[in-house]
Amino acid sequence: MTETQGPAGPWTSAVALRQALARREISAREACQAALTRIHAGEPRVHAFISTSGERAMARAEALDRAPVQGPLHGVPIALKDNIAVAGMRTTAGSMMLDSYLPPFDATVTRRLEAAGAIIVGKTVCDEFAMGSSTENCAFGPARNPWALDRAPGGTSGGSTAAVAAGFVPLALGSDTGGSIRQPAAFCGVVGLKPTYGRVSRYGLIAFASSLDQIGPIARTTADAAFMLDVICGADPEDATAAESAAPSFGATLPGAAKGLRIGVPRHLLSSGIEPGVGARFDDALGELVRLGASVSTIELPHSHLGIAVYYIVATAEASANLARYDGVRYGRRAQAATLAEMYDRTRATGFGPEVKRRIMLGTYVLSAGYHDAYYVKAQQVRALIRDDYTRAFRSVDLVALPTAPEGAFRLGARTADPLAMYLSDVFTVGASLAGLPAVSVPAGFTDEGLPVGLQLIGRAWDEATLIGAADAFERATPWVGEHPTQFGAA
Amino acid sequence: MTPRPLARADVLHIARLARLDLSEAEVERFAAELGTILTYVGEVQRVDTTDVTPMSHAASPTPPESEAPAAGPTWRDDHPRACLDRSSALANAPDASAGLFRVPRVR
Repeated sequence: MTETQGPAGPWTSAVALRQALARREISAREACQAALTRIHAGEPRVHAFISTSGERAMARAEALDRAPVQGPLHGVPIALKDNIAVAGMRTTAGSMMLDSYLPPFDATVTRRLEAAGAIIVGKTVCDEFAMGSSTENCAFGPARNPWALDRAPGGTSGGSTAAVAAGFVPLALGSDTGGSIRQPAAFCGVVGLKPTYGRVSRYGLIAFASSLDQIGPIARTTADAAFMLDVICGADPEDATAAESAAPSFGATLPGAAKGLRIGVPRHLLSSGIEPGVGARFDDALGELVRLGASVSTIELPHSHLGIAVYYIVATAEASANLARYDGVRYGRRAQAATLAEMYDRTRATGFGPEVKRRIMLGTYVLSAGYHDAYYVKAQQVRALIRDDYTRAFRSVDLVALPTAPEGAFRLGARTADPLAMYLSDVFTVGASLAGLPAVSVPAGFTDEGLPVGLQLIGRAWDEATLIGAADAFERATPWVGEHPTQFGAA
Repeated sequence: MTPRPLARADVLHIARLARLDLSEAEVERFAAELGTILTYVGEVQRVDTTDVTPMSHAASPTPPESEAPAAGPTWRDDHPRACLDRSSALANAPDASAGLFRVPRVR
């Protein structure tokens, strides 16, 4: 089992791997080869990837070994969710519509990560156009949870969280619209960070709901996530919502502390529907934060119970507009038909899967004449009330704590027949998305069935530093990030 | 409120707006599912939102560490720049000819 130790091992952090690369204890080629070997051995069980890019990765590793060690992620193998563009590399967003799409440009995050020396080893499984909570809406088959292969890894960034949890790569990117980084991070026992809306450029992220979508890091430690955020954040001429960050280094502020932090818990949201094991681990986590010097108080977020309703109006409305571009003309799939109008209708009927069609229909309905004000405008108003609740709460607390998900990973197939039940697994994550706030899920132990549980911390807009500091302190005081699924790591 | 299926005519109208050619089975399924989901999300209609400005985006005031003074989007200068060349732009097209996207007859 020598492979499980040393810098090329499956559980080595990105920070430690980068140090070993800088000291030339390991080459980028060796690090990359080790990751590809683990993927080759583990993929038949996990299915974390839609596409892998081994040849391109090894060529990049060899080029990096000929260059001085400079970039902050020099030689670190990473995975990208398959809704993030890499020039010339198949990018499907989990949809048959984009089955053979080759982006002509890099996403801004892709460009920044490669400039920092990261090596992309593949594109991960996600629900079609990032719509779902389990990866079961992926047109190319779901990923499996490395902790229990008959269970969902969560979604929609479940391929990325599974790849990190199984020890394939230390870092991956996900995207989060209503919880799609945090919920799968919780299900897979890894760290998932959704930055403040505007912290990271969305250029090259295949759009789902533009007022909510945000790219963020997935890692096995908070420190690794922080260093990855340092690389990807900041203003971008290609995305007007991406804000300038003056020389930020979230990684450099670590180790973090929880001492003196005021943490608010919206107890009224926790009254029902939570699996007992999740509730118990959440209470344990609050106890740990108190031992670390934080204070915990009860807060009210009076409109948060409306989060799912608001989210499924706003997100589907935006999706129906964003997905209008898939018309069979410029890229993607085209169905044969005699006229242009028939070609549109059939292309979209055959290219989109059931959940995407459902959301396009719902979004089109809430935007249609006669319903626009009653649903869409009303939801935008309630969204403002949800945001205002958080603004008010952050006058008396520094962070808000919630379980990331109300349950451990559910079985594959258990939810697919009931779309509304699937939507409800986002109940604790949509609030931060609607309000545009940064939030992190960190491992907080296991349910009685041995499934990972996540602690979610939500911060003030632009205050990732406090969030990351508290998550790092919690992580170092508890054993959870050191736990790995037993059947992975030997290869 | 008990969920009521969407009327068949409404499903067909929405599908037409969304340019989706639905099968008969899909029309039936979406009528039931959209009815259930719309009843659930219709909860928002019971909230008093008098004088509440709709929130159309999530951009928060500029980060405290930023030099930029104003909140909201950061606009770049409006200068012509390099863009995709024609062959790259056409590379993913299902059908192209003479440097153009080709589509079936408009009728």
